[in-house]
Amino acid sequence: MSDLITTPNIVDADDFYAELLTAHEGLSDAESNALNARLLLTLANHIGDRAVLSDALNVAIKAGRS
Amino acid sequence: MNKIFEIPMYSYTRSKDQDAMTRKRHPVVVIGAGPVGLGAAIDLAQQDIPVVVLDDNDKVSFGSRAICFSKRCLEVMDRLGCGDVLVDKGVIWNTGKVFFGERKVYDFNLLPEDGHKMPAFINLQQYYFEEYMVNRVRALQAAGKSIEIRGKNKVSAIGTHDDHVTLEIDTPEGPYNIEADWLIACDGAGSPTRRMLGKDFVGRVFEDNFLIADVVMEADFPTERWFWFDPPFNKGQSALLHKQPDGVWRIDLQLGWDIDKEKEMKPENVISRLKAMLGDDVEFELEWVSIYTFQCRRMEDFRHGRVLFAGDAAHQVSPFGARGANSGLQDTDNLCWKLKLVLDGKADESLLDTYSAERVYGADENILNSSRSTDFITPKSAVSRLLRDAVLDLSEENEFARPLVNSGRLSVPCIYDGSGLNGADTDKLPAQTRVGSVIADAPLGDGFLSERTGDRFQVLAINCDVEPVTAKGVQAEVIKLETANAPFLQERYLGDQKAAVYLLRPDQIITARWLTPDSVAIAAAMTQAMGG
Repeated sequence: MSDLITTPNIVDADDFYAELLTAHEGLSDAESNALNARLLLTLANHIGDRAVLSDALNVAIKAGRS
Repeated sequence: MNKIFEIPMYSYTRSKDQDAMTRKRHPVVVIGAGPVGLGAAIDLAQQDIPVVVLDDNDKVSFGSRAICFSKRCLEVMDRLGCGDVLVDKGVIWNTGKVFFGERKVYDFNLLPEDGHKMPAFINLQQYYFEEYMVNRVRALQAAGKSIEIRGKNKVSAIGTHDDHVTLEIDTPEGPYNIEADWLIACDGAGSPTRRMLGKDFVGRVFEDNFLIADVVMEADFPTERWFWFDPPFNKGQSALLHKQPDGVWRIDLQLGWDIDKEKEMKPENVISRLKAMLGDDVEFELEWVSIYTFQCRRMEDFRHGRVLFAGDAAHQVSPFGARGANSGLQDTDNLCWKLKLVLDGKADESLLDTYSAERVYGADENILNSSRSTDFITPKSAVSRLLRDAVLDLSEENEFARPLVNSGRLSVPCIYDGSGLNGADTDKLPAQTRVGSVIADAPLGDGFLSERTGDRFQVLAINCDVEPVTAKGVQAEVIKLETANAPFLQERYLGDQKAAVYLLRPDQIITARWLTPDSVAIAAAMTQAMGG
């Protein structure tokens, strides 16, 4: 059991972000949404820990509240 | 030749109750001669409780309806004397394929655990299931048990009293009245009993229609469950193909909500849909077609005084996961021994409240699981479909996504964690057989544990000795077992311990367990399991 990491943790963050954008290049909104969904599920499986997944979901929900 | 479901199996005959000067009082009356009502009646008759079953019809289930019977249901049926005939006739299957759009995304194998008498599942038409139960009723009658099925006996009014129920019954020869100490209502999803008692309920309605067709064909499809998400022959919807005995195949096609039912039911329209699915060159014959919708809901309480509700009358689920008839038989399994103790004056009638509490718990688990399957199979929003399709796309190449694919989570019995009837437990023994669980079957050299257990309180004395135990005038049978040549018994009941004592209820639920024998503790747990 570990906690959700909420401090910077991605190696070469700019590089990762660019890769993410590249992956979506040329895709329609529907295709992009589908890609995001597949990525989300793949990452969620890697994490596995139910508590960490719930915490991550809450971070995402909170950040979207304006 | 007539199909079995077209022949009256319990034709109307005049009962002497119809000519009685005073209303005849019966200990137990069951309404409904479906699998659940017959299950209750057989269980009670086996325990020498006279029982009368009333049904407004006189035939077994019209069409295949419930087709998938789970291991626990088969164990219950084995205790009721119908296990072997069901397994002999049924189709046993373990493998399946999942299709998404035009492609097969993966195969699966349920890999059932070894060391059980009963298979994980069989497929069998409900009319056979009921026919075998009716045969069992006839065998019990021949053996002198007091059990009756009264066909064309439609209950038209119910009066409830503190200590009995009155019933007004319509027959082809006019109405008559009887009384019952206890009434078990197994009259299905539309339960007239529930309505007459003003206990109707609401739940989540799933806005979808499904076409079910039983098709007779000589096809070389393997004995597998095939499930299609968004197939080319049923765009945007789902489909299921599953084998039954006698060359009958069940086909389920999701139709959506806004449809013209009458038009969809027309044979020519059904046939053109099936041809699109099976291919033009497959010869088939339609045996039965039906369109269904469903709800997920339950009654708040399955006991209302002297009236006990079981099966679909008490709770309804979506068909995904085979939780209808299977859970109904688990209801009566839970109920009948309690009712016997109450009728015998060995337990207070409040024991029957635990029937409601335990089976409400089971119903909630079934409703949860079947609602989740329905949400996956028939996504109701754009994002729900997006995530569902993402899971399916990933599942082709990625094993990790397959557990998320939900085309029905096949029914396993719930564990009564926290039931008020539970006694002592210890976490030093395996989790699989923790208190509140149904027994895990195990081979015992000359048979199976499931065959040695049930119908009475029993103590499993594993690698130890237990003195005879009596509580509240009921004696528990002590079954002495050795694990020397029984590795499954060792694994499932001892783990790394050398000995253990298990107390089983008459419904094969483990109600307490210990590492060392202690007759006083066993008697206390038995008292607890009988309601204190």
